[in-house]
Amino acid sequence: MIQLMNIRKVFNTGKPNEFVALEGIEILLHPHQATVFKGPSGSGKTTLLSVVGCMARPTSGRILLYDQEITSLPERFLTEIRRKTFGFVFQQFHLIKGITAIENVMAPAYPGGEKYASLRKRAGQLLGLLGLSSKVSSRVEWLSGGEAQRVAIARALINQPSVIIADEPTAHLDTKLSKEFMEIMKRLKEEGKTLLIASHDPIVHESEAVDRVIEMRDGRIVNPGRFS
Amino acid sequence: MPWFEKQKNILDFTLSSLLRRKGKNLTLTTVYTLVVFFLASVMFFTHALKKEAAFVLRDAPEIMVQRLMAGRHDLIPKSYMETLKQIKGVQAVKARLWGYYYDPTNGANYTLMVNEDLHNAAGTIAIGRGVSQNLIGKEHGIMPFKTHDGSYVFLKIRETFSSESALISSDLILISEVDFRRLFGIPETHATDLTLHVRNPKELTTIATKIVQLLPDTRPILRDEILRTYDAVFDWRGGIILVILFGTVMAFILFAWDKAAGLSAEEKREIGILKAIGWETSDILLMKFWEGAVVSVSSFLSGLLLAYLHVFFSSSVLFESALKGWSVLYPDFKLTPFINAYQVGALFFLTVVPYTVATLIPSWRAATIDPDSVMRT
Repeated sequence: MIQLMNIRKVFNTGKPNEFVALEGIEILLHPHQATVFKGPSGSGKTTLLSVVGCMARPTSGRILLYDQEITSLPERFLTEIRRKTFGFVFQQFHLIKGITAIENVMAPAYPGGEKYASLRKRAGQLLGLLGLSSKVSSRVEWLSGGEAQRVAIARALINQPSVIIADEPTAHLDTKLSKEFMEIMKRLKEEGKTLLIASHDPIVHESEAVDRVIEMRDGRIVNPGRFS
Repeated sequence: MPWFEKQKNILDFTLSSLLRRKGKNLTLTTVYTLVVFFLASVMFFTHALKKEAAFVLRDAPEIMVQRLMAGRHDLIPKSYMETLKQIKGVQAVKARLWGYYYDPTNGANYTLMVNEDLHNAAGTIAIGRGVSQNLIGKEHGIMPFKTHDGSYVFLKIRETFSSESALISSDLILISEVDFRRLFGIPETHATDLTLHVRNPKELTTIATKIVQLLPDTRPILRDEILRTYDAVFDWRGGIILVILFGTVMAFILFAWDKAAGLSAEEKREIGILKAIGWETSDILLMKFWEGAVVSVSSFLSGLLLAYLHVFFSSSVLFESALKGWSVLYPDFKLTPFINAYQVGALFFLTVVPYTVATLIPSWRAATIDPDSVMRT
């Protein structure tokens, strides 16, 4: 369970270009549910996901992760929480070019100190589950958009996180691939993962896998949504 | 052990990172290797020369006495030996005969030295291995020498000897006293210089002072003084080369600094991704440390190995004329390999450490950025 209490996030504080990205955010996110944050560009969806995923600290407010207050933790602990609890699928996929698909998948687990052989085996299995067995040794720049995204999903899953965070995951995919993505998300939810997705794509928020759609605008929640 | 596995995993990732930027890293490694190669060559060369000099002088007498005539070295009367023997602390006095001979046929300069073992072998000589290798017509076993009055003497090569130091045997010819005197026209009453063996090394300076008092037209030369002069000369030669290399070294520093310190946009993006997917700042720094270490240590080792081969196996072909000074004269010689661990250590700290640090600073700056920057790009 993730609870956000009166979260505010301001960029460039005190400067002429000060910008309030989030204001007064109060949400309770239940485990094993798929929540979609919907809203136009600049509505604060991505910033909210960054704050929830311990990538950025809120300017004020508190976040509780499974009843533990994490807002004031030092960076080292936040990184550990980020690595163990969250798996990220970015809008641009953000795969590391020049190395193979399997090396990209393994990258988040390197600092954990797991044995290379077992790590490689697990990464191979994940790619297999996502239908990419034949692309294990392919360089990521040779992959199609759909394949690259599935590599990004495998990478998000390598540390066996309980929460998957996806930021505009279908922005660069056609309808067929977007539906395939939501199928994968559905499967992950059935396996017990909590899904937090930011998207303004109807394929995503109208998907049967989604439990709740939260609407945002100008850094505020305008509709907290209901569980379907 | 997770710590060990972590290091292994990050090193593995670093190696594939380096391979991705083959062009940049290969150029850098090549230039780096060349700089270490030049610096290490100068270092090996001067050090080996100094060691050779020390080796040559190891068995030399503690004091040599030369006569001076108008400020120049002149032949010394053997009668001076009696005066020198009277000085307290002097164990033995010997007369030495030696000189240089230019052989126009072979274009080489030889050192001729009278050896007491050849006393009863007039008409024969023993030659160093270096002399033998450069000799034209050695199959006949006879070497012609032009004497001081323009006539020729033909001496039979009795043996070829080698020595621990090529510097000794390369240009040395051992000759009998009779033949030496005939060759250079030196009278029986004179010698090239006199050597003294002294029992107590602490008395050397006192004895030297007494020599000057008793024989004012002579100069005593202490073995340690010669060693110091050799050191200074070889250090000076090494210094000249280093000055020439200074420009290259500076260019390399700028190049390395630019390559190591300047992270490309792609590298910054990668650091952002790694932070976003759960790498700590320290993990990124560890990766960059390995990257710098792999480039600099491998360049250092290859530069050092190439320099070793260059100096000790190819007679420093690239800058021997500047360093040896007299290398235009034959015969050539090969240096005995000597390596000074202190100098190698100094070179390591002057090349590897600054480079590795240079890679860490910008990475640290990049690694401390918020991981959410990736989310916003």
